[in-house]
Amino acid sequence: MTRMFAFLLALSAGATVAAPPPDTLAQRVQACTACHGKEGRAAADGYHPRIAGKPSLYLYHQLVNFREGRRRYGPMVYLVDHLSDDYLREIAGHFAGLDLPYPAPAPVTESAVTLQRGKRLALQGDPARKLPACSACHGRALTGAAPAIPGLLGLPRDYLKGQIGAWTNGQRRAHAPDCMADIAKRLTPEDVSAVAAWLASRPVPVPAKASESLPEPLPQECGSVPR
Amino acid sequence: MLRRWLILTLVLLAVFAGLVAWLNLRGEAPIAADAAPGPGTPEQIERGEYLARVGNCMTCHTPRGGLPYAGGRGIATPFGTVYAGNLTPDLETGLGRWSADHFWRALHHGRSFDGRLLYPAFPYPDTTRVTREDSDALYHYLRSLPAVKQPNTPHALQFPYNTQAALAVWRALFFRPGSFEPEATQSAEWNRGAYLVRGLGHCAACHGGRNFLGATPQGGLSLAGGLIPMRNWYAPALSAPDQAGVADWPLDDIVALLRTGVSPRGSALGPMADVVYRSLQHLRGGDLRAIASFLKALPQTSSQAPGGKAPDPAVVELGAKRYETHCAGCHGARGEGVKSAAGAWMYPPLAGNRTVTMDPPANLVRVIVHGGFLPATAGNPRPFGMPPFGLALDDEEIAAIASFLRSSWGAAAGAVSAQDVARFRGGAGD
Repeated sequence: MTRMFAFLLALSAGATVAAPPPDTLAQRVQACTACHGKEGRAAADGYHPRIAGKPSLYLYHQLVNFREGRRRYGPMVYLVDHLSDDYLREIAGHFAGLDLPYPAPAPVTESAVTLQRGKRLALQGDPARKLPACSACHGRALTGAAPAIPGLLGLPRDYLKGQIGAWTNGQRRAHAPDCMADIAKRLTPEDVSAVAAWLASRPVPVPAKASESLPEPLPQECGSVPR
Repeated sequence: MLRRWLILTLVLLAVFAGLVAWLNLRGEAPIAADAAPGPGTPEQIERGEYLARVGNCMTCHTPRGGLPYAGGRGIATPFGTVYAGNLTPDLETGLGRWSADHFWRALHHGRSFDGRLLYPAFPYPDTTRVTREDSDALYHYLRSLPAVKQPNTPHALQFPYNTQAALAVWRALFFRPGSFEPEATQSAEWNRGAYLVRGLGHCAACHGGRNFLGATPQGGLSLAGGLIPMRNWYAPALSAPDQAGVADWPLDDIVALLRTGVSPRGSALGPMADVVYRSLQHLRGGDLRAIASFLKALPQTSSQAPGGKAPDPAVVELGAKRYETHCAGCHGARGEGVKSAAGAWMYPPLAGNRTVTMDPPANLVRVIVHGGFLPATAGNPRPFGMPPFGLALDDEEIAAIASFLRSSWGAAAGAVSAQDVARFRGGAGD
């Protein structure tokens, strides 16, 4: 009897080509990693950003923003359209919890002058134009501040430029008051190119995690940052 | 002589106009000049809230991220975009001055407060069958909402569709005010289901198909399937065993599909996932069972000729390769699907799957291109998601996978071409 059972077991094992997919959350969110890269480490195309390790509330806000029309990208809207707040929060938490190494930044093509301008904007802002430094909100190391402010390093230049552009023309919005929209509208195209180029040229520090505390005080009100 | 012809033409035109006017207005009881908003009972308001869920009114009458029922969502049609109106009780921009009679006239006769004819993107060819009692409950619920001052967006329709005259002719041709007449030979449950499906549920708005002028056939009684204009999803025939007919399903499976979006025999995708998420999962009492009984009893007629053009063997080979790389990991090497430890489908089987074999292959193409999640319902709160393959694979490869699936594991549906993929992959999102 035991031998018969062992034989049946071997037979059924032989019939299985590959192990069946596991019943896990990572398996459930394969729809995300198809574009955002394995485990959400970003795609090679430079367009679909890394989601692994971004602050949980930031990711949740983005998912909700797609569902509620504050961000517009057809494929994302389609995926989240009939997902509940609870499930979106769980998905956001899953990717936020991944602590994975970052690749080295892409080679820099911009001039030293451009990069210098970008660095100044990112770390000092431009008080004359009332432009806060990126680091005033996104953290001294630019790796973000939990739970809602994302890091700015480890993102492709074109993605950064695309997002600031989307904020400028209203294609990307956040909860009101929309601080980033306000800032993006005060940047010139040269500012955007410079700051995106400099941010994309920086290696991601180790550890890359967002800082646990919010910079105080924030230079302006942001609807997506709980106070 | 010329004069006689002129007079004859004018007379004919006048008769035609009179006929159209009569066809548009017959059966309408006049609304008293002093008809004014009146209060409803708490029971009516609660009942109306439920009925608004049944009718899924909010989905069209609320733009993405907008205020509930304040209108402004654009419905793309082949004739232009129709914008849903503000249903909140604001005096200037909403239903604030409407009486229950006005609301009934809109739902039953398709005419607005000021007498204008309404566009049938608002499914009054279906809601005409809603009872006066249910209409009043809906009315009182909408009046109980916070008033939102938000002017309606004018429709953006092409000529001549933007004229009331064209709409009047359309209505003369295709719209008759109706009422739900219970069938004495059927059970109370069946009749309740028929009332919901053919009335407020407005299932025929998608599942009935539409003619070249956008009208649903048989006054909205047909459920023989059709491509949803602009969105490019195919609403399968509920009256065809090879599409979405459920005559041979256990009643519990039909109810499970409607309530949770997933069942042992199929799941809800695309626009239907939306209907399950926003409307059907909230139905209570025996209403889902009633709908299931009605759908199960629908007379079934096979919808498609067997076969179709068999795919080229080289295409099937390419499809099989791509299937092995991209699909077999979840759907199984032989399209058998995967079940969880609890026995529910994690990934549906593709062998014997009607979405794979039905014509047109719109939904098969769209699922491969766009992937998607089943609706996150109370009964299936953490659905599995299928990755979109529209970026990773080109039209030829997607056509090859579709053709492979449609000619494997016992299926003998026709080939899908790259042109089919190009045609079905796009569509209006909202």
